[in-house]
Amino acid sequence: MEREVILRTEGLSKTFTLSRKQQKIERSQEKRKTAVDTLSFEAYRGEIFGLLGPNGAGKTTTLRMLSTLIRPDSGDAVLDGYSVVNQPEAVRGKIGFLTSELKLEDFFTPNYLFDFFSRLHHVDESTAAARKEQMFSRFGIDKFAEVKVANLSTGMKQKLSLVISLVHNPDIVIFDEPTNGLDVLTARTVTDYLQELRSEGKTIILSTHIFSLVERLCDRVGIIIDGRMVACGTLDEVCNGMNIEDRFFELYKEVKGGEE
Amino acid sequence: MKSNTLTIIKKEFARFFGDRQLLFTSVIMPGLLIYIIYSLMGSGMEKMMTEGQDEMVTLRVANLPPTLEPMVTGLPSTIILQQPVSQEDIDNLKDKDLNEVLVRFPEDFGEMVETYSPQSGVAAPNVEIYYNSANNASSRVYNMLDASLTAYEDQMANRFDINRATPDEETGEVPSFDMASQDDVLGSILSKLIPMLILMMLFSGVMAIAPSSIAGEKERGTIATLLVTPMRRNELALGKVVSLSGIALLSGLSSFIGIVLSLPRMIPADAAGVELGLNYTGADYTVLLLIILATVLIMASAVSLLSALAKDVKNAGTMITPLMLVVMFCGLVPMFQSHVPEGLAAYLIPFYNSIQVMTATFAHEMTWMPVVVTLGANVVYTGVAVWGLTKMFNSEKVMFSK
Repeated sequence: MEREVILRTEGLSKTFTLSRKQQKIERSQEKRKTAVDTLSFEAYRGEIFGLLGPNGAGKTTTLRMLSTLIRPDSGDAVLDGYSVVNQPEAVRGKIGFLTSELKLEDFFTPNYLFDFFSRLHHVDESTAAARKEQMFSRFGIDKFAEVKVANLSTGMKQKLSLVISLVHNPDIVIFDEPTNGLDVLTARTVTDYLQELRSEGKTIILSTHIFSLVERLCDRVGIIIDGRMVACGTLDEVCNGMNIEDRFFELYKEVKGGEE
Repeated sequence: MKSNTLTIIKKEFARFFGDRQLLFTSVIMPGLLIYIIYSLMGSGMEKMMTEGQDEMVTLRVANLPPTLEPMVTGLPSTIILQQPVSQEDIDNLKDKDLNEVLVRFPEDFGEMVETYSPQSGVAAPNVEIYYNSANNASSRVYNMLDASLTAYEDQMANRFDINRATPDEETGEVPSFDMASQDDVLGSILSKLIPMLILMMLFSGVMAIAPSSIAGEKERGTIATLLVTPMRRNELALGKVVSLSGIALLSGLSSFIGIVLSLPRMIPADAAGVELGLNYTGADYTVLLLIILATVLIMASAVSLLSALAKDVKNAGTMITPLMLVVMFCGLVPMFQSHVPEGLAAYLIPFYNSIQVMTATFAHEMTWMPVVVTLGANVVYTGVAVWGLTKMFNSEKVMFSK
């Protein structure tokens, strides 16, 4: 059976200007650094797709382009029929994006923030109320619904960020380093929930540098090194009979040669 | 999609009104502080003016000529001692707690004055009045003596008077030679003072909240959370500008109420020489309201633009300071001009146009064209600023650069 492509990126590229200080740190004379280099891949509806790569490989930049926070220099990505270049608002309506750089205002309570973001996503009131009750109870936020974000524990804040990013029940969930900085309990809650979302037919695009997370969660994986996609497919296709960690270092050596 | 703008406005209001400290410092405190400070200043000045009025002063007079006796003895709250004045008495007067004034007339003062001719080349007879200006009562009696003796001198050599204030025999009213109406006098005072105050109050209102609302959201990383929602950037920009304008208006209004309430305590009606009865029409008040609205919009837009450019709240404060100086300068302009400008081009300059229209309105010189040009220009500039803010919200360089 032909699987439905819900996300397709074509030649996605992004370069950044380096400051003089950064040039010195990187011992480079180049004023511009290519973060993502003509990246093309596809993700299917109902799967967890992982972008695996070391720090600085371009994973976060790719996800920020998919979420329309930044624009690609060239190339495009189409999510559920909408282009990140030409229809950014429509794309934002289709996705839930979560990264540690997105913060919630300390002053407000989970209750207020859920309602506020529901309104911005044009979720009708009764649906929002039902979803709030279900999500708050699922993540144990209900007891803290009227506590200001500033007074919540770090774990509770992260769970609230996850819930807020999904107020509109999006079909595509983009998650940058989903377990980074989480305690073991919260990390488990999050990964369990991602699997739950997949079983509901949602598509999850996540970035990580943790091999075990890819093995445990991902249906397909793309390995990014220096902004380029060096391998992409199901775990079996990519791993070639090896485990993911060995396969990654093999690919890494191929791309980088002798250099570390 | 207008509902997104409304959602943002509601959120900004909820943030503002839910934060008691912020509400107190930006809305309640400015008005309260102005009221307290102005009232204290007013009562301080009043105390200074009235202090020493009732205290008795010893007036030692040497060689008092009989012709001046009624004048000197008629001085209120004084004990007159006709006795010689020694150098020791004069030295004692250095003590500022001594309520005393010493007067030395030359011997035969009356005769000397009568026979004196300015053409003779001889110095005129001299009356010495010793007093201590640090002592209010002593100072008061000196001033009265000086005035009485000057009047006496004028009377002796009187050739003509200017604006003699002789009370009307029937009504007892003292005629006024300044033909300006009380409205004009009050209008002239208010037109130089109030527009500047309004401008400053509105600006300080915007300053108190805009940097935290935009640069603060950037700094705290909460703006990115808004930027991944399907809301258009221009809806966010408009929502921010409108809500900030509304809050700044409240803050400005608080300061304005503080001024209005403290004005009678600051300038007692009789001291100002006019009654503080405001005689403005409904049209005047409507123009003022519209101009204040248009001004606060453009202020909020300009400060929002700078706050969006800034890396953090502190940086925003630094960037806004030059704009504050420009606004202050515009506020001072009416003090140095006799009439508002006639050419309509002047009303295209933001802030300057608002201050000129407010000045004209307070001075009863308002005409409609400048008002229309000012309102139109400010609305257009606000539109441009919202467009600029939208561009900034769209710019990853501005939004995410650290």
